[in-house]
Amino acid sequence: MSKRIDVDDLNVYYSDFLAVEGVSMNIEPKAITALIGPSGCGKSTFLRTLNRMHEVIPGARVTGKATLDGEDLYGPQVDPVAVRRHIGMVFQRPNPFPTMSIADNVLAGVRLNSKRLSKSQAEETVETSLRGANLWNEVKDRLDRPGSSLSGGQQQRLCIARAIAVKPDVLLMDEPCSALDPISTLAIEDLMHELKSDYTIVIVTHNMQQAARVSDRTAFFNIAGTGKPGKLIEMDDTTVMFSSPREKATEDYISGRFG
Amino acid sequence: MAATTPLEPSLAAPSGLLASRPRLPRWAVPSTIGFSFALSAVVLFLADSLTIPAVVALTVVLYAVAISVWSLRVEGTRYAADRTATTVVTAAFGIALIPLISLLWTVLQNGARVINFTFLNTNMVGVYGEMTEGGIYHAIWGTILITLAATAISVPIGILTAIYLVEYGRGALARGVTFFVDVMTGIPSIVAGLFAFSLFTLLFGPAFRAGIMGATALAVLMTPVVIRSVEEMLRLVPNELREASYALGVSKARTIFKVVLRTAIGGIVTGVMLAIARVIGETAPLLLTVGLAADMNWDLFEGRMATLPVFAYRQYQQGGIGVDRAWGAALTLIAIVMLLNIIARLIAKYYAPKASR
Ligand SMILES: Nc1ncnc2c1ncn2[C@@H]1O[C@H](COP(=O)(O)OP(=O)(O)O)[C@@H](O)[C@H]1O
Ligand SMILES: [Mg+2]
Repeated sequence: MSKRIDVDDLNVYYSDFLAVEGVSMNIEPKAITALIGPSGCGKSTFLRTLNRMHEVIPGARVTGKATLDGEDLYGPQVDPVAVRRHIGMVFQRPNPFPTMSIADNVLAGVRLNSKRLSKSQAEETVETSLRGANLWNEVKDRLDRPGSSLSGGQQQRLCIARAIAVKPDVLLMDEPCSALDPISTLAIEDLMHELKSDYTIVIVTHNMQQAARVSDRTAFFNIAGTGKPGKLIEMDDTTVMFSSPREKATEDYISGRFG
Repeated sequence: MAATTPLEPSLAAPSGLLASRPRLPRWAVPSTIGFSFALSAVVLFLADSLTIPAVVALTVVLYAVAISVWSLRVEGTRYAADRTATTVVTAAFGIALIPLISLLWTVLQNGARVINFTFLNTNMVGVYGEMTEGGIYHAIWGTILITLAATAISVPIGILTAIYLVEYGRGALARGVTFFVDVMTGIPSIVAGLFAFSLFTLLFGPAFRAGIMGATALAVLMTPVVIRSVEEMLRLVPNELREASYALGVSKARTIFKVVLRTAIGGIVTGVMLAIARVIGETAPLLLTVGLAADMNWDLFEGRMATLPVFAYRQYQQGGIGVDRAWGAALTLIAIVMLLNIIARLIAKYYAPKASR
């Protein structure tokens, strides 16, 4: 299931504004890649280009190349909707569908695409996805309650369950824990460790410890000043990045001596 | 007044960091009202102009002044301002309610006298002069049919236009559509009626009369209202839900129909009902297009039809017993609008996002 992503010399524009410049990186399968860097350096922007979510913003466009297991993500024949079916995304703020129950939220990706599911198939998908998101035991008795009745951390795991229910190859997470308390954060970090065996995971985080704890590889983005494009400064194994980074800027940022 | 009152005199005698000035006692408000009322009654009696409206008005003014001054002396400027504002807002609310209650009361009083089972279940065939028979059965159904037809025309157009404006439209076309929707909102109803009249005259000749003409006129009035309210509702749907749907590999069209519209459906239903309430009492465009009939006409595409507003207008014009019928029709119309409102509320509640937490 899990696939690799290779990015080569990617530029991202919001209309005329160059937000991210010249990013080349390899994202390994069955591993967690963390994107770190100061606010506004384009981590979210870059992450969204990986499943073409940037295209929903008017004026946003990319130049350069990105491939999923060698297949061009931006090829002329490629449907962005299909890309997103293979590369799922979890957002900063938990966003379960407010009109749907817990079970329906999990099934949303399948149902909204009008795939017919038998009752037993639906139940199986709900259970495996919720188990996969470490949420099953907490909600198995109230699957028909609204998704918004859960706590923030549970809602975020519900969103992860919803994302893995469509069986993607890659999971992108944009600061998935920044709206959560420490206990829920730990629950999600544990979950990421388990998901790693099946999915390629890319996570944006502002939390150095989190990057050090969960990721196998870390990429540091930086920005020269407001109005300047964000750039990939360096990327390496997390242990190397946190012990002996090549760049001074990386060391300063990681050790908190930034600015 | 504030200039003559020393600012926060309590600060001169500090009795503790958080100690505040005394408040007015609980009985201050009722007793001031009672006092103002008594004083107004006496003053107006002496002035020989004792009427209920005069007493109420003078009481409110006296109360506002008295409670503000008293509060200023005891509680200080902030509480005094609060009490003045509370009084003014409450009085304004009361004034705004007067016409509404008076209207409902008058219609209820005059209408209830004539409404009975027969009145609601007969039409006007063979009723002449001062005959007391006859009813509004045909006009009730005429109003319902024409309004439903107008809804069937304007709601799809309205919803699709709103979807275009919110989800797709940008640039000159969207700005143009928005502009013309604004212009349409201001079209006088008689103009909508003339439009429908000339449209059908061009198509079918000047003698053509049918319910659909009226429905077209009403649809012209309804559409901009529907567009506006649906637009508001769609804009209220958080972008995060759209993104959540896209991120699951759902296409834009499916996202709009299954997530955005589904989330906004409660507000959309309410908006449509408000639009219906806006046009269901229209008289001029219907008078011009569908006219009036004495008998029930179930065919929207052929012949004149009776509707409640036109019926009320004609009966009132005729005078005598007709005036009573007009009140009955007016009350029925109000009842239908209220019923629609209740139904809309139930639907909106049923579809509302499930209560959180
Ligand atoms: N929708 C948008 N339209 C225009 N500019 C944007 C938009 N989103 C982000 N940007 C700009 O792109 C840059 C990178 O933003 P972002 O990717 O959100 O940074 P990060 O996630 O690293 O904090 C910022 O300068 C920001 O102002
Ligand atoms: Mg961000």
